[in-house]
Formats: sequence, structure tokens, C-alpha cells
Amino acid sequence: MNTLQVWVVRTLLKNTTIILFLLLFVGFGLLAPNFLSLRNLEIIISNASYIGIIAVGMTFVLLTGGIDLSVGSVMYVSAVVVGLLIENYDFSIAAALMVGFLAGLAFGLFNAVVITLLGIPPFIATLVTMIAGRGVGLLLTRSAAVDFPDELTMLSAVRVFGIQLNIFIFALVVLAATVFLMLTASGRRLYAVGNDPEAARKAGINATALIAMTYVISGGCAALAGFVSISQLGRVNAGFGMGDEFDAIAAAVLGGASLFGGVGTAFPGTVLGTIMIQMVQAGLVFIRVDLYIQPIVMGGIIFFAVFLDSFRRVQLKKLERRNIMRLSDS
Amino acid sequence: MTNTLFSFSGICKAFFGVQVLDGIDLELHSGRVLGLIGENGAGKSTLMNVMGGVLRPERGTMRMEGRLYEPKGPADASASGIGFIHQELNLFTNLTIAENIFIEDFPRLGWLPFIHHRRMADRARELLADIGLAASPWTPVERLSPGERQLVEIAKVLASDARIILFDEPTTSLTAKETAVLFDVIRRLKARGVAIVYISHILSDVVALSDDIAVLRDGALVATGRVEDFPIPRMISSMVGRDVKSIFPPPPQSVREAAILEVRGLSQPGVARNIDLAVHSGEIVGMFGLMGAGRTELVRMIYGLDPYAEGGVTIAGKPLPGGDPAASIVGGLAFVTENRREEGLLMSMPIAENIGLVALPGYARPYSGIIDQKRLYDAATGIATDLRIKAASYLRQSAKSLSGGNQQKVVIGKWLMARPKVLIVDEPTRGIDVGAKFEVYTILGNLAEAGSGILFISSELEELMGVAHRIVVMNRGEIVGSFQRSEFDRERIMAAAFRQSTEETAA
Repeated sequence: MNTLQVWVVRTLLKNTTIILFLLLFVGFGLLAPNFLSLRNLEIIISNASYIGIIAVGMTFVLLTGGIDLSVGSVMYVSAVVVGLLIENYDFSIAAALMVGFLAGLAFGLFNAVVITLLGIPPFIATLVTMIAGRGVGLLLTRSAAVDFPDELTMLSAVRVFGIQLNIFIFALVVLAATVFLMLTASGRRLYAVGNDPEAARKAGINATALIAMTYVISGGCAALAGFVSISQLGRVNAGFGMGDEFDAIAAAVLGGASLFGGVGTAFPGTVLGTIMIQMVQAGLVFIRVDLYIQPIVMGGIIFFAVFLDSFRRVQLKKLERRNIMRLSDS
Repeated sequence: MTNTLFSFSGICKAFFGVQVLDGIDLELHSGRVLGLIGENGAGKSTLMNVMGGVLRPERGTMRMEGRLYEPKGPADASASGIGFIHQELNLFTNLTIAENIFIEDFPRLGWLPFIHHRRMADRARELLADIGLAASPWTPVERLSPGERQLVEIAKVLASDARIILFDEPTTSLTAKETAVLFDVIRRLKARGVAIVYISHILSDVVALSDDIAVLRDGALVATGRVEDFPIPRMISSMVGRDVKSIFPPPPQSVREAAILEVRGLSQPGVARNIDLAVHSGEIVGMFGLMGAGRTELVRMIYGLDPYAEGGVTIAGKPLPGGDPAASIVGGLAFVTENRREEGLLMSMPIAENIGLVALPGYARPYSGIIDQKRLYDAATGIATDLRIKAASYLRQSAKSLSGGNQQKVVIGKWLMARPKVLIVDEPTRGIDVGAKFEVYTILGNLAEAGSGILFISSELEELMGVAHRIVVMNRGEIVGSFQRSEFDRERIMAAAFRQSTEETAA
């Protein structure tokens, strides 16, 4: 391959997120002109916000080469805890939310301990938490739906600086994550750990602590996403959050995060990925695709995102293969 | 001589009863480059690891500027001003140059957790100017060439105020131009009073850079002196002048006319160039080369594990398709890999199962395809007995319970059962004891006598000279020499393995 080809391949692979985003944006716009209205875009971002918050937490985990399948269940349990505390124990909304958030962090910490101290692979560890976590929620509610007071659901109508509250919270989470990942020593070291865990340890980086931290962050984000979601729905049933982990992983991976670790950003990556997922879901409705075909399309997109990630990794690796022979300078 | 910056005295280190460092006395001086040379396994890496705090010596002391130096770990070495540039770079390709330089100790914005980006960039810019790398500190490392990455490693070492820098084979993935840049940097560091240790197999580089030479052989320092007193032939003879320690069974008188394995014009960019190689029926061909010469890469291509761009491989006249290990096995090729633990054995499975693995298709009952267990186990047990694998039960005992030598015999047995026409063995005696080595040689000899061709890769020249009919030498992806048994001469073979370096001096 000559230098130009290498450059083209590399540039395409490095910018798949923005390219896909533009393709989808323009594509749906052409198919359904109303799709690009400002109002519709606000609805899309608003609906995407809770998945986006989970996806930001997921991005941290993916950066270390891990995965967190438990986020949907953690979201459910946290929401249930909040609802039950308000309904049965007369907690104030703020206090209940605080406890619910702590519950999310606790589940994250559990994942962290199981993965870093017991050495259980993240996929299995968080799969167990996903199943057992949902079990905890079902046990607490006896699988009954939990309703939330109007004060909480009214929050969804609140606007901060003219922005819907849920979008505002999503933006805050993205901002905090980006500042952490880009500007702090720990954030940069997280990228180092994902790139080469062995070299990171050699460089004196406490990889274990950093990896553990990402699961706690992911748990916290899941709880927060649960709150945003209940403010919109006002009610939590037994299937709340089920399957959201896959949307979140797909959002992060579509946004350029690698399942192999070391690559990904909260902004712009995961934000774009999240909007993309939501855009496809909304777009399929807009262009009237059969309701029962939609999950197949979503599955296809997730597969495509993951395939692209693997393909990118293989190709970039090829470009960096080591030479044995003394190289010529041509 | 200038003042002594660092000294080793009487350093000893043994691994599992094998003495790898034996009373090393050595001094490093500021502003001088010491070229440290020796064969594979002579103890260079061990000595560096002792200095870097990775290994603790059993006896002996080290002094830095006269003060006792007893590192507890790599962090102590770097705090004392000792920096390492390893062959494998430890850079994070997804981070920028500046971030890589300061990953261990980011400059902070006061007490805040934020990185002081301006200070980091300014300092990085100074360091990059120091080493003459014209790149922005914000460039991601993945965009740099291997040579530029090497320079970033040096900048990283300089950032911690290193006064001694050790280079371990730093030029293996550099172009000639990049190597020249690296040498300029090394000379500049030297002029600033940094003490440098330069380890390399490329002797012309060592001559070009060094002020002093130290030669290690079998863990002992066998010669030291000024570079003027070490012409390349003397370096080679100092490195190889070793006594024969082991006894080898004589190679069988079985070489026949017909070439059974033929490799013609095999090339793959960056890995191998125009490889021609033939192994005859009944012949044991030894393949020698320095670490990283490309021997394993070559046989992986021959076997079909890695692709090649040009050329072809034939077994008994029939061409192999290439890139297809299954077809190679059917064609009669067998490959005993270097890492028997990782690639060669199913550790938790019984010995007989392991031995029977490759030959399974031959033991399937017609139509049903179900394996005839009894016949398979009988045959596997027969082979295990022939190889004298020491185990209580071949059917019940798992492979992991065996000693290294016996494990190696299981791996070989696995391939014997498939009755290969050609057997490739990659470092089959590494890490096994002398008795087991002898048995491995005998097994290979018997196999050759029965008409198979054997390609025996080893980094131990002694054993190849002991058991092979012919030795071919590889260097940087090319075959650079071939010696019949009557021409075996340690120094000539070694010189061929170092060929490039001597030629480059002449050029």
C-alpha cells in the first residue's frame, strides 16, 4: 500500500462516527423532510438523553477494555428504591433520589470488586449483576409497578436556560466526563490502561483502581439515567431498563469507543453515537417501517457498529506491523 | 579515564540452579558509551534487569556515585537517574507525545486534579528539541514512525533526569536514516555527560558508538577494553569461545537425494526476502540465527500460519496451497512450536489424548465418523512408551503434571503419530534438562533415519553443530549462509549470523 492509500484508509477508519452520522442525518432528511425540523431534533435528543447518560458511563468501562451489562438492571433497582422510599417511608424526593443514587454506586462497586479483586471477566460478572440486580428489584416490588408523585414527573417539564431538564442533565454528565477524561491525570491514565495494561503497570499506574472506578461511575450513571427516565414516565414496571444496556453499548461503539479498550470519547463520540441510535429509531417510525422489522434493523446496526470496531482494529494493527528486516528509506 | 559513575562488583544471579551471572565487575563512566555484547542468553538482559531493580542479585553490590545502590523495584532505578530504552517500546499509542513523556508524573495545576497543559507542553518541547525530534508535543504517538517513537522514549527517560541510559537493541525496527538520527542523539547525550550502555547484535553499530566494550559469555564477563582493541573478529571470537558441555547422539547416516521439503523464493515484505531452502529425506537441517532474525516467522509462513507474498512450498514434490495449516498437515508437514505451553498442548487433557489429537481423522470409523477410542489409545500409548515419557498412566495423567522435558516429548509424539514427511521443531530443547535434551535429539535422529526430513530451529549453536547434517543461518529475514557438517565452524557460523553488521562496516 502506498502512503496515500494508507492515509485514506486511516482517515476513513478514524472518522467513521462522523461519516455515519452525516449519512444517517442526510439520508433520513431526504426520505422524510419533516425529520430535520428543530422540534423533531429536540425530541430526538430528549428521548436519547437517558440512554446517553448510561452510554457515557459505558464509555468509561469500554475504555479499559471491559463491558457493563448490568446497567439496565441497576437503572431499574435505583428507580424502585426511590419510588418505594417515597411511597412507603415518606422520604423527601431529594433524599430518596440520593439513596437511589447510592444504590447505583453500590452495584457499580460490587461489579468493580468482583472484576478487579476476584478476577472474574467483566462480561460474566456484570451479566450476573444484571440478572441478580433485576431479581432484587422484583423482590422489592413483588413485580408490581411503582408510581411516582407528580412533583417528580413535573420535573420533566422544567427548563434550564431554555433547555429541557433531561437534556441539561445529559449535557452536564457529558461535560463532567469530558473534563475528567481529557484534562485530568487519571483520565489520561485511563486511556493508557486501555491501550496497554501491562505497560501501564510498568509506568507505575494503578490500573486496578482505575478499572474499579469505571464500574462505579457506570453504576452511578445508570442510576441517574433511571431518574431521568422516571421523570418522563412517572411509573416503573418490571421491564424498566431491560435491554437498555445494548442501546448504550451500541451508542458508545457507534461513537467510536472500542470494545478492545483505549479508544473513545464522551464528547463528541458517545454523544453522536447516542443521537444516531435514537435517530434511527425515530427515523424508522418516520418513514413507516413495519414495527416488527425495527428490532431487526436495530440489531443490524449494533452488529455493524461492532463489526466496524473489529475491522478498524485489525486494519490499524496491520498498518503498524513490526518489521524484521532492516528497512529501506524509500 | 573519567570519573566512575556506576559500578558493579561481584554480581551473581542464578535461575533454578543455573548460574546466569557469575561475578560481574563492571564500571560505567559519565560521558562514555559502553558497548555490551554477547550471544543470546549470555546474561545481558539479566544484568540490565539487576541494574533496573527488576531482579535482585544473590551476591555482589552496585554503587552509584560511590553510594550503595540497592533498588527495590524499577521506580528506584528511575529515581536514581537510570533510564532504559527497551527493544519493545512502552508507549501508549492513543496518547500524545507530551502525555507519554509525563504519564508517570503529570505536572498539575496547583492542588487541582487537572493537568497543567501549558507547562507540560513547554517542557516536552524542550525535551523534543534536545533530541532533535521536530514534532508538536500534541502529536498522537500512533502517527509517529518507529524511529520517532524511539526518540520519544528517550525524551521520556530524559524527563526524569537520567544520568545513565541503557539501550537494548534500539535499532531493530528502525530504518538506516532513523538509526543515524538515533546515533546523533546518543552522541549528544554522551557529550552532556550521560553514561550510556549500548546493547546490540549489530556489531558495526556497537563499534561506531562505543568507547568501551564488554563481552559477556555464559554469565561471565570474558573480555573488556577500549573499542580500538576490539576489531569485529575479536568480538565474535570472545563471544563464542565456549567449551562443549553436552554430548550429542551422532546424526544418522540417512540423507537421501530427494528433497522432501522445498521452499522456493519465499518473500513477504518486512519479514522475509527470497528464501530458498531444501530439506532432504533423512536429513536434519539446523536453522540458526540471532534473536529476531526471522526464523520463527519463516517457519510459520512455511506451515501456513502466516501469509506470504511470493514464492512457494512443496512437500515431496507436491505444492502446498499456503496460508492453510490443515492442508500442510494433510501434505505431511508437522510443526512443533516454540511455546509448547501456549500452543502445543491441551494441559488439562490426558497424555494419550494429546498425542492422538493430530491423527484423529485417521482413527475415525468409516461412515459414522466416530473415533475408534481403543485403537487410538493403543497407538498413542505405543508412541508414549517409545518416547519414554515418564508418567504413571498415559490415559489418566494430564499433560500439565509432566516435567518440561516430558511435555516436549508429548508434543513431538503428537506429530510422530501423524507420521509426518517433514517435521519442523522450533527451539525444542529450551527449558528442559540435559537428559531430556538427549532424548529429544535421539527421537529426532530416529525420525530422520526412518526417512523424514527435519528442520531444527535453535538459538544454541552447540546443539545444532551436534545433531544437524547441515546448518543454515538467517539474518534479518534472509538466509545468509549454509554449512555442511564438514564445514562446521563456530566462528564462521556466528560471523554469518552477524553478517550484516560486518558487511556494513566494510561498506
